[in-house]
Amino acid sequence: MKKYQHDLIITANETLNNQYFLLKLTQSEPLPEMQPGQFVQLLIEDSAQTFLRRPISINFVDKAKNELWLLIQKVGNGTRKLAEYQVGRAINVLYPLGNSFSEPLPQQKILLVGGGVGTAPMLMLGASLKAKDIEPTFLLGARSAGDLLQLNEFEKYGRVLTTTEDGSQGEHGFVIQHSVLQNEQFDRICTCGPTPMMKAVAAYAAQRGIYCEVSLENTMACGIGACLCCVQDTVDGHRCVCTDGPVFDAKELKW
Amino acid sequence: MADLSVNLNGLKLKNPVLTASGTFGYGFEYEDFIDISTLGGIIVKGTTRYHREGNPYPRMAETPAGMLNAVGLQNKGVDYFCEKIYPQLKSVDTSVIVNVSGSAIEDYVETAEKIAYLTHIPAIELNISCPNVKQGGMAFGTCSASAEEVIKAVRKVYPKHLMVKLSPNVTDIADIARAVEFAGADSVSLINTLLGMAIDAKTRRPVLSTITGGLSGACVKPVALRMVWQVAKAVHIPVVGLGGIMNATDAIEFFLAGASAVQIGTANFIDPSVTSKVIKGIDEYLDENGFSSVKDIVGALITDK
Repeated sequence: MKKYQHDLIITANETLNNQYFLLKLTQSEPLPEMQPGQFVQLLIEDSAQTFLRRPISINFVDKAKNELWLLIQKVGNGTRKLAEYQVGRAINVLYPLGNSFSEPLPQQKILLVGGGVGTAPMLMLGASLKAKDIEPTFLLGARSAGDLLQLNEFEKYGRVLTTTEDGSQGEHGFVIQHSVLQNEQFDRICTCGPTPMMKAVAAYAAQRGIYCEVSLENTMACGIGACLCCVQDTVDGHRCVCTDGPVFDAKELKW
Repeated sequence: MADLSVNLNGLKLKNPVLTASGTFGYGFEYEDFIDISTLGGIIVKGTTRYHREGNPYPRMAETPAGMLNAVGLQNKGVDYFCEKIYPQLKSVDTSVIVNVSGSAIEDYVETAEKIAYLTHIPAIELNISCPNVKQGGMAFGTCSASAEEVIKAVRKVYPKHLMVKLSPNVTDIADIARAVEFAGADSVSLINTLLGMAIDAKTRRPVLSTITGGLSGACVKPVALRMVWQVAKAVHIPVVGLGGIMNATDAIEFFLAGASAVQIGTANFIDPSVTSKVIKGIDEYLDENGFSSVKDIVGALITDK
């Protein structure tokens, strides 16, 4: 897929809670085709502590409004600076980068598991599945109710199940402890979130013989396969998360 | 439109802007963003005698105005390069230079010998300075005698342009540069990364899997400029300057310090089209200041009061 370097304009910067915000970007030309699982690299020009671009997974593409959505967690100086960006400002974006979640077979029962900011790519993936008449089950985990984001968006595309660590919403505990994993059988699982969560989900899938794709978030520099900084150890040796991933068949990973 | 062409001791480049090894892949990675044939040259990633998996993840740590890396020369080896990569590079209409690394003299010699047969590769850049190779890549570039030894051995089997990339992690870089010139190098490039380290205070652990790594990016520019200036005064062969060049003004500073050409490295990660902007900016600077050729500003630093 061809990659682009565009100055995109902020149409909205919505604070979701004290940790998360949703950036919506557009341009006068139609946005290029993007696939669920892909990511962008944002240039942050006015933070002295931020030298490299920030890789952010694509949350959603609103084709009708020609908008790209990015769900961002305030982690460091770069993302905190982004949170302050005002509507109308331009951001230099490299996109779309990386591979995407693979196409499921028709009639498959699909579980999409997201934790924390890892729920972001699940929205676009869910929307693309729904467009193919596959209604996925979303299993979304967070610390507490206030950290479960975009639930009304997710509900447009499938059944939404939740867990919270403090029990304030959904089932109490981690996603891997949710009863649906014991009570139902899925054909395919896609997951993105903290590494311990993804490992647990991948182990569950392996145990039950379910095909499982995981989306990794290794720290990276270039995002286009040049620097070899973001490598993941796999059965085929070191592979770049930015170009061979971020989505991998869980069986290929050595972790 | 000034004359941007340069001749580095027989190595003719259409302009003085090269890409630094390890930051530009094989060039193809950047084709969506720039026309790579407009570059003065592409120095492709470090190539070794045998396949190398490189160091374990994590290999990178961001720093203020820079980054540390510990990639460890991940590459598929010289035979893979000759058979699979080179055929694709032949059609690229610019000078493609291969960076050669090794951990023993035989490694350098065999790799250089194989690349010497590739018609469309006019030069190699000998990396005697990579700080990531535990087996001794560091040692060659940090001592005049071992630098001379490896260059003399490569010189015997490599008749084309031999550029030698110098390590900044030395007491006197001018001394090393003189030894490198004496041993038969056609040009020198500098600086390679500065040895550095990052610690995560929260976990009380090093950030990089190798504990130490190579520092690059805007933060190293003052050190690189100083070393280019010192080396340009010490040797008669051309100097290729690199280290923290983020824009055309940075590049011009290197020419003034005595570099005949420059390499752009880490800046490619932040702006994949930076090289074309630097070429354009150099041209504009020359026009605005009444210079007809980039050669006119090489070593043109004004130091009288």
